[in-house]
Amino acid sequence: MKLAVCINHVPDTAAKINIASDGKNIDKTGVTFVLNPYDEYAIEECLRLKEKNTGEVIAISLGGDSHKETLRKALAMGVDKAVLLKDESPRDSFAVARALADYLKEISADAIFFGKQSVDSDDAAVGTMVAEMLGLPSVSVAVKLEIANGTATAEREIEGGKEKVQITLPAVFTAQKGLNEPRYPSLKGIMSSKNKPIEEKAPAPSQVKAEVLAMRKPPSKNAGKIIGTDVNAVPELVRLLHEEAKVI
Amino acid sequence: MKILAFAEQRDNKLKKSAFEVVHTARTIADQIGGEVIALVIGDQVQVIAGELGGYGATKILAVQQPKLGKYSSTAYAKVIAEIAKKEQADIILLPATAMGRDSAPRVAVKLDAGIASDCIAFKVDSGNIIATRPVYAGKALTEIKINSAVKVFTLRPNVFPAGTSTSMAAKVEVTDIPLAESDFASLVIETTQASGKIDVAEADIIVSGGRGMKGPENFKMIEDLAGVLGGAVGASRAVVDAGWRPHNEQVGQTGKTVSPSLYIAVAISGSIQHLAGMSSSKYIVAINKDKDAPIFQIADYGIVADAFDIVPAIMLETKMLLGK
Ligand SMILES: Cc1cc2nc3c(=O)[nH]c(=O)nc-3n(C[C@H](O)[C@H](O)[C@H](O)COP(=O)(O)OP(=O)(O)OC[C@H]3O[C@@H](n4cnc5c(N)ncnc54)[C@H](O)[C@@H]3O)c2cc1C
Ligand SMILES: Nc1ncnc2c1ncn2[C@@H]1O[C@H](COP(=O)(O)O)[C@@H](O)[C@H]1O
Repeated sequence: MKLAVCINHVPDTAAKINIASDGKNIDKTGVTFVLNPYDEYAIEECLRLKEKNTGEVIAISLGGDSHKETLRKALAMGVDKAVLLKDESPRDSFAVARALADYLKEISADAIFFGKQSVDSDDAAVGTMVAEMLGLPSVSVAVKLEIANGTATAEREIEGGKEKVQITLPAVFTAQKGLNEPRYPSLKGIMSSKNKPIEEKAPAPSQVKAEVLAMRKPPSKNAGKIIGTDVNAVPELVRLLHEEAKVI
Repeated sequence: MKILAFAEQRDNKLKKSAFEVVHTARTIADQIGGEVIALVIGDQVQVIAGELGGYGATKILAVQQPKLGKYSSTAYAKVIAEIAKKEQADIILLPATAMGRDSAPRVAVKLDAGIASDCIAFKVDSGNIIATRPVYAGKALTEIKINSAVKVFTLRPNVFPAGTSTSMAAKVEVTDIPLAESDFASLVIETTQASGKIDVAEADIIVSGGRGMKGPENFKMIEDLAGVLGGAVGASRAVVDAGWRPHNEQVGQTGKTVSPSLYIAVAISGSIQHLAGMSSSKYIVAINKDKDAPIFQIADYGIVADAFDIVPAIMLETKMLLGK
């Protein structure tokens, strides 16, 4: 099986976010960047499929040289090949999807994996956009996946339940937490990933359709009041919720 | 300007988001000038489509086929895009629900349109629609202007008002979009709904428990309180990773982003990742025995005490208040 996984390099979820002086981007000083958490589930799923069916796993990231760090993590986890689509121009989801789709078209993988969303843009769009660009079926927000004889049966989360989707490969999947438990890179994996080559490609430029006009911090919430330190505070809490907040 | 509003239904019931999307389309149309076309897709949806009548649509379209009774990413996206072309829609609004977030990217590609997902506000500025959407799990907000001819937006559920019905009711037109077998390449074969359970992402009241609950058995009191309040149960990641609660209840940056009217955080410390998912709740109550827990920094009301004493007491008190 030929498996492809698209991975992004994003601020650590523990990072405090500040706005850069241009008022349109985040200030990257002091921010640690990591492999997008959802993309870990996508990588893990590829590795498991490879272990079951043999084949190869190709990890692809679009971005600047810093994305090599995340590609190395993927190599350390066990992917066979890493490709950097080197491009630092601002891109929206459409433009990211376009570049990934152009490359994925060349390699014709049997299954292509994404995270359900990047924890930077939170757009949750790229995976399904690529599926549409390549004319492939897809399952987004997958929490369970079984592939047998070219058919995939997947479960995806919906409000208050799940839906089971059946599709034929080649296909696209976007991974949600719960799909699997990602492995930690082994020491051997980490060592050998250091010397593995990362292939570089230059994607075609693409127009940005969704333009960021401004970025700002959300209005901050002030700490409210501590009503009490024991059970005697409860009637007052319930009264406030009923009369002041009017939420119960 | 023509705005196409996708009104989601499941099991032949319009979702609350359907009204939010149609009403928001109306609000935008009132500012920018133009028409609102509401679209319902499903099996026999003509009747329920009529319920949208008074919510501001100029026209209501029902596209119905037995096979559309179950959601299909590929087929739904095709119907939405074909209707958009036929009606020459400039703007497409969908809910940022499991269904909307799955079909919107396909619709955008089909129409060569830019997309802004999970929007929480719109304004009109010299004829342009500017959308506000959270990024970095709400740690920042961006204002987005889409420059392509057609624009796709998805709306975060529970944020926009659903409006109220007026007597100016539009009539439902049944329209057909021819679909081939191949259009159903992604097809849902089965849906399991946890019966009677409200999803955290849609709930107006959420009672969430954290690691301080000490074990899965103690979530009974969280469930009971949620039950009395007519809300949903949420959980911190610590609790989900420990296997005490299912993944779909996790609130936070890598869980659900929620904005209920009331969020009660019980024995949750308030890590930056947890706050990212719930800090936009209207009212936040924190119950934690550590007075320095970060959750108190954003709570409107706090009680510094043992959750095992407080939660049952809140339940009793609310039961009395609500006469239950
Ligand atoms: C990549 C990544 C993504 C993450 N995403 C998320 C996410 O989406 N959502 C999320 O929640 N976390 C997320 N986390 C985890 C997060 O960093 C915290 O570890 C987690 O939120 C802690 O959960 P908690 O508050 O339940 O537990 P703790 O931090 O252990 O807090 C337990 C609290 O309970 C209190 N307590 C104990 N006993 C009692 C009692 N009897 N009565 C009252 N209070 C009591 C304690 O004082 C303490 O404040 C993520 C972490 C990473 C690295
Ligand atoms: N720059 C990128 N390079 C490679 N993959 C990406 C990139 N951006 C997003 N993706 C993939 O698309 C998914 C969804 O991203 P998004 O639509 O931006 O939320 C991510 O989880 C990744 O799998």
